[in-house]
Amino acid sequence: MSLTRRDVEGIAHLARLEITEGELPVYVDSLSKILSFVEQLNAARTADVEPMAHPLEGEVQRLRPDAVTETDRHQKYQANAPLVAGALYVVPKVIE
Amino acid sequence: MSLHARSLAELAAGLKAKEFSAVELARHFLARIAAANPALNAFLTVTAERALADAARADAAQAAGTAGPLTGVPIAHKDIFCTDGIKTSCGSKMLDNFVAPYDATVVGRLAAAGTVLVGKTNMDEFAMGSSNETSYYGPVKNPWDLAKVPGGSSGGSAAAVAARIVPAATGTDTGGSIRQPAALVGISGIKPTYGRVSRYGMIAFASSLDQAGILAPSAEDCALLLRAMAGFDPRDSTSVDAPVPDYVAELAAPLKGVRVGVLKEFFAAGLDGATGALVEAAIAQLRELGAEVVGVSCPNLPLSVPTYYVVAPAECSSNLSRFDGVRFGHRCKEPRDLMDLYKRSRGEGFGAEVKRRIMTGTYVLSAGYYDAYYLKAQKVRSLITADLKRAFAEVDVLVGPTSPTPAFDIGAKVDDPITMYLNDIYTIGANLAGVPAMSVPCGFVGGLPVGLQLIGPHFGESRLLATAHAYQRETDFHRRVPAAYA
Repeated sequence: MSLTRRDVEGIAHLARLEITEGELPVYVDSLSKILSFVEQLNAARTADVEPMAHPLEGEVQRLRPDAVTETDRHQKYQANAPLVAGALYVVPKVIE
Repeated sequence: MSLHARSLAELAAGLKAKEFSAVELARHFLARIAAANPALNAFLTVTAERALADAARADAAQAAGTAGPLTGVPIAHKDIFCTDGIKTSCGSKMLDNFVAPYDATVVGRLAAAGTVLVGKTNMDEFAMGSSNETSYYGPVKNPWDLAKVPGGSSGGSAAAVAARIVPAATGTDTGGSIRQPAALVGISGIKPTYGRVSRYGMIAFASSLDQAGILAPSAEDCALLLRAMAGFDPRDSTSVDAPVPDYVAELAAPLKGVRVGVLKEFFAAGLDGATGALVEAAIAQLRELGAEVVGVSCPNLPLSVPTYYVVAPAECSSNLSRFDGVRFGHRCKEPRDLMDLYKRSRGEGFGAEVKRRIMTGTYVLSAGYYDAYYLKAQKVRSLITADLKRAFAEVDVLVGPTSPTPAFDIGAKVDDPITMYLNDIYTIGANLAGVPAMSVPCGFVGGLPVGLQLIGPHFGESRLLATAHAYQRETDFHRRVPAAYA
């Protein structure tokens, strides 16, 4: 599997990652190598095999009562935010 | 015997016998960290004040007779565990400014057990690496040879314990990140069963594989800490609600009659000859101690690495989408619009290996490629898991090497991701199947430690620990300390 610069630019856009011009050839090369490496999986016969859904057989996601269990700690949590105004997270304008 | 030459279990016994106080012990290890860390780079944060306050409380508990088996023992946490009010970086520029607003369950449980927190350890960025060279804060050095890597991703925890600048530390293991560094620095490390230890407050990498565990000198130390860490946590939806055995009491289980399976696939091409010889000698010793040794084959196990490098990046690309520059973590300067904010914040905040994995994962999950890569990998994962299940119908414990070679030079493999990924060829299978596994030191090649890996069936930690303990009663590799840190 060999990726092109345009492929990698497309992947980077989907992943919301800015990749510099200098970094781009490095990723074209290493991502192509990784995809070629994982192609050895094609040799495994999996026609009648179910894909694994959980590491523990029979475990199911638990449900919990729909009850309020958390207290309001927004000030503490928002202390880590880059920009806050009036308990709201601030981002660049998204609606013209 | 100097304080730091003792195992965690021996330190706990000394505290109980009032040979020394928890404050003396904390001061001793804090002084060792201050002296050794500039060269090792094992600690990212040292919590001296917190340690002395914890230790004073531990001494009061000893005096009042309310102390537990771990009261007053110093420990460190890998910087992937959230610690309330203490910087939690995950080895990344992305979280360089992040002060966790709550404790991980593991952190809370070990604090409640009376342990003394001395600091947070260095790690590969977001636990993605096998050499500790992807950390934003620089590589960790192997105390046996400062030019060598300590392994990764829990390399800071491993190096700190190996140099005896802390008696034990937590780690996480997604593809070998506890066992491989434990092997490369000559200590013991256990990755418990998926769901055995809560992951609440443990920064997620690949959620179907991640598990918290321990790095410490001996299997007995691992048993003491695991007993306090394990158990159901309603805050982790993958936590299993099953009773926690008394791992310490069960260390005494005899090795006689235990069926040990030697994994044929782990002794194929790629294994360093001298490393393989030491592992075979360790297996021979298990036989002398009464174990029944048989050969076992898991033919799909060699597909572990390619399976992992589809599944883990896929889950990583999803988990790391939370780092958006909005609610916490790095934000770029003067974003033009929201898209620019996302892209530059993530582009600047993540290092090269993390970006590589996010993009690999994005690709294998993208429209048109999902079936060919992700679904195929999850099917092969079923085959690998079925192989291991069949093996555990025959044997109690599987054994083999932890890592194909001893520690390699810093810089030797950074430019070739595939070569780096193959370091985990023997460890990844246990993560894919969710089974417990550990590494224990079994000798030295050219002055560098080698690890023996033990793999058990789901919830088989007691047998793993007891087997390792029986071996460690007859050997002293786990007691060896690099001369510069003796």
